[in-house]
Amino acid sequence: MSEFTTPEVIRTEGLVKRFGAVTALNGVSLYLRQGEVLGLVGDNGAGKSTLIKILTGFLQPDEGRIFIDGTEVRLHSVSHARSLGIETVYQDLALINELSVYHNMFLKRESLLKPFPLLDNRRMRRLAREYLESMGVNIPSVDIEVARLSGGQRQSIAIARAVYSQARILLLDEPLAAMGAKEGSLIMNLIRTLKNEGQVSIIMIAHNYAQVLEICDRVNLLQHGRIVLDKPAAQTSVEELTELVMREYRAGVNQRRQPAAG
Amino acid sequence: MAENVLVAPPMEEEPEPTPERPSPWLRLARLFLRQREASIVVVAIALIIYFQLSKPAFLSAQNIRTLSQFVAATAIISAGEVMLLICGEIDLSVGQVYALAPFIMYFAKQEAGLPLIVGLILGLIVCALVGLFNGLITVALRVPSFITTLGTLFLINGLTLTISQGFPVLTPSEGLVDEVLGHASYSEIIWAIAIAIVMQIVLSWTRWGLHTIATGGNLLGASEVGVNVARIKIGNFMLCSVLGGFAGTLEAFRITSIDPQAGGTDIMFLAVAGAVIGGTALTGGLGTIIGAFLGTLVLSILRDGFTLLGVSAFTFDIILGAAILVAMILNVRLRLWREAGRE
Ligand SMILES: Nc1ncnc2c1ncn2[C@@H]1O[C@H](COP(=O)(O)OP(=O)(O)OP(=O)(O)O)[C@@H](O)[C@H]1O
Ligand SMILES: [Mg+2]
Repeated sequence: MSEFTTPEVIRTEGLVKRFGAVTALNGVSLYLRQGEVLGLVGDNGAGKSTLIKILTGFLQPDEGRIFIDGTEVRLHSVSHARSLGIETVYQDLALINELSVYHNMFLKRESLLKPFPLLDNRRMRRLAREYLESMGVNIPSVDIEVARLSGGQRQSIAIARAVYSQARILLLDEPLAAMGAKEGSLIMNLIRTLKNEGQVSIIMIAHNYAQVLEICDRVNLLQHGRIVLDKPAAQTSVEELTELVMREYRAGVNQRRQPAAG
Repeated sequence: MAENVLVAPPMEEEPEPTPERPSPWLRLARLFLRQREASIVVVAIALIIYFQLSKPAFLSAQNIRTLSQFVAATAIISAGEVMLLICGEIDLSVGQVYALAPFIMYFAKQEAGLPLIVGLILGLIVCALVGLFNGLITVALRVPSFITTLGTLFLINGLTLTISQGFPVLTPSEGLVDEVLGHASYSEIIWAIAIAIVMQIVLSWTRWGLHTIATGGNLLGASEVGVNVARIKIGNFMLCSVLGGFAGTLEAFRITSIDPQAGGTDIMFLAVAGAVIGGTALTGGLGTIIGAFLGTLVLSILRDGFTLLGVSAFTFDIILGAAILVAMILNVRLRLWREAGRE
């Protein structure tokens, strides 16, 4: 049993998503409670990113239902999901190489020099600098183009953009993938801080089971577009997750062998 | 070096500028050269000096006026093309709405008896619809804009030839209206400069501009963040068409006749070439309106200068082609140098 009895902020029922012949999601039902950190793990191609993109309004499911705060919604666009308090760090980071760090951080949430429709660059620059500083991110300047940053720095920008957007629900698709040891633990600390504050609910995708178990309250394992395990982090282990994934792998190999043998 | 320090008189008033802090002039020069438009300004100045030395009439009041007329219409179109190129598209049909818009104004005035201004606005609305058509076909049906606008190029050209029956007409005039809209000596270039400034502000200091760069820089990323990339693209198609129609109308007032064959691919390619020479990348995400204006200026200086020198039209095309290549190579080299220098 999970210790969480807070209300559900997200619930999905039977989400199906097909890309031509590929069925990326094959009936995904999951939930996320207020203030909870849910770890989503699974092999490459299991459908994790597809699930995130549906929850963020970027993709629309072929079947299934989504509830936000208990109310059924059809997330028809990213802006719609954002208006419900959902922010995302995409696996591809969704940064614009040609724009400066601060313009990237405020893309679609630009500050304007009211009453004029002009960008308040000074304010955005200052806030971007503050956010990155408080996250302990090292970049030469918020004025440089994102193209000139390292992979880890780029990832920090994408995370800062989502974290400081005052979202209630954060969807993090492999936020630690390109991080060095120091930066990685800074991000882990950041997630821990958010968790302790209890204001945001987080779904985090990661391939490092140890990290997931360390920081998440609950773990969902996604395999071939289905959730095959849903346990509190305290009740599962790296060994169990690895064993489940490997069993599935061996089953797949056997299946492929059988026709040849028979 | 160490010896120098020892020998140097201790009462020296001005310390030698250290390598990190060069003289203000040098710093200003460097700052200038690191601007994207710097290379093109250098080219323009070099050309002006060359033509002035070979033909002192080059900087005469008369010729400056001619030059301003060469620049104006193309520069207005290039502002629209820059917006489209930055968001990753192109409009080949802009030279055809250039010819269509003044005809619509003409018919609104002559046939329907509407005021000239209303005719002008009707013409621009039709241009906007052409842009909307281009945008919808490109975005919704996913036809590359190169093909979409190649189609509308022929379509609009045929339409203009049909409604005009292939004959030029006299531009209607109405008091001050035609003076302000291109007939008075420098009114066309003033419009061009004003449009360039406004469009540069839109590009650099508004959400529309930011989202245009984002769309062209990373289409998937921009839409993941929630930028409505379809709206941005369609909007810029409409903008480009409207600017094309407006440029054509100004030109019609200037030369006091409306020609169904005016503009065409010539002015469109000059506008695109001007944009590219001015630093706009055909791959999207990069470009400035000011750069395109300067690029157009360089092309116009070349054309005007060689005309003054009495170079034949055939030779001129050879020179123009070579000049475009040289300008582009210079631009690419300078950009690489700039990027290396920024570290
Ligand atoms: N836009 C798309 N078009 C076609 N197929 C897609 C598309 N997006 C995902 N897929 C397919 O859907 C399946 C699930 O992909 P998804 O990106 O969700 O996997 P993932 O679990 O995030 O994997 P990874 O750990 O490698 O990031 C894959 O087989 C993939 O090829
Ligand atoms: Mg993924």
